[in-house]
Amino acid sequence: MSWMVWTMPTAIFFSSIAAMLAGMTIWEILSPTIERKGFLPISTTRGDRLFIGLLSAAFIHLGVIGFTSLSIWIALAVSAIWLLILMRWG
Amino acid sequence: MNNKVPNNRAWLLVLPMLVLVAFSAIIPLMTVVNYSVQDVLGPNARFFTGTEWFESMLNDNALQAAFLRQISFSLIILAIQIPLGIGIALIMPKRGWQASAVLILITLPLLIPWNVVGSIWQIFTRGDIGLMGWGLRELGVDYNITRNAGDAWVTIVLMDVWHWTPLVAMLCYSGLRSIPEAYYQAARIDRASKWAVFRYIQLPKLTNVLVIAVLLRFMHSFMIYAEPFVLTGGGPGSATTFLSQSLTTMAVGQQDLGPSAAFSLIYFLVILLVSWVFYTTIMHMQKDKPPHGGA
Repeated sequence: MSWMVWTMPTAIFFSSIAAMLAGMTIWEILSPTIERKGFLPISTTRGDRLFIGLLSAAFIHLGVIGFTSLSIWIALAVSAIWLLILMRWG
Repeated sequence: MNNKVPNNRAWLLVLPMLVLVAFSAIIPLMTVVNYSVQDVLGPNARFFTGTEWFESMLNDNALQAAFLRQISFSLIILAIQIPLGIGIALIMPKRGWQASAVLILITLPLLIPWNVVGSIWQIFTRGDIGLMGWGLRELGVDYNITRNAGDAWVTIVLMDVWHWTPLVAMLCYSGLRSIPEAYYQAARIDRASKWAVFRYIQLPKLTNVLVIAVLLRFMHSFMIYAEPFVLTGGGPGSATTFLSQSLTTMAVGQQDLGPSAAFSLIYFLVILLVSWVFYTTIMHMQKDKPPHGGA
């Protein structure tokens, strides 16, 4: 494993992604998702919304890191709120 | 009626594939992420850099220029190849030995490996021995892809059009063949013009294959490496240095693993975004279709 040069932040990052996927699987087994149309222009399932949320989170982080001097924690907070909005009303 | 018993154990059959993908894609990608936040000098000498590489990559002027160049290249070749491919598909013979002969002739460029295509065009455009380079020079055109950025661009676009328009043409050809004859009969009864047949029968029926053609051509051209590398080496200057070549120079040439890992991830995210948009569009179009196969 040492060749993968793990660091604590990346380990936490991948663990939370894995936890999200596991959580989504359990949620899906307990109550299967129903495709619906929210404020997004397309009808989506729960998994679609999570994917859209994570992908946009990546671009929010890139934007904040690259083109502003704001802290990365602000990007994380904005992404988390955006993900919740997306999951609930998207 | 769907009266099949759902059996989730079938998912176990996907496991071997999952293991394979884990080793060929997921674990390497995780490693790239790890490299992108560190300065790795050796097995025991590495320093955490946080977001530094991402910041410097996003603000690198050379990379921004390569990105814009890449986007323009992809848009230019799409704007040429898609209409040209439809046009070729429309005039291709529909049956008999001519159809087979034309299909084989058209497919030939697709069978040639990328770097061979680069070599072919490199020789083809040389001023001393190449047919095109020599011919243009004899006609009095000052054509030189190693000195003139415009010439290099025209040549690369021409090369890509030569190599990949056949793919678009073949996809459109198969799309056109699948239109039932009844549509054309109805059009003849209505005395529809050739343009009307194209606009209201052929083009709508081609939408699905065209989306696939655009997706494939965009992805291919966005990741283009070997052809311009062999033909121009990214030059003159950096006039034809596209994204993958900048990345290779950084990762293999200069061994800047941290910055190139950060850059790879940005590149990957852009491709992921575009692929997702195309994929969603295709799926959306299929969903909107009425179930009885109407247009």
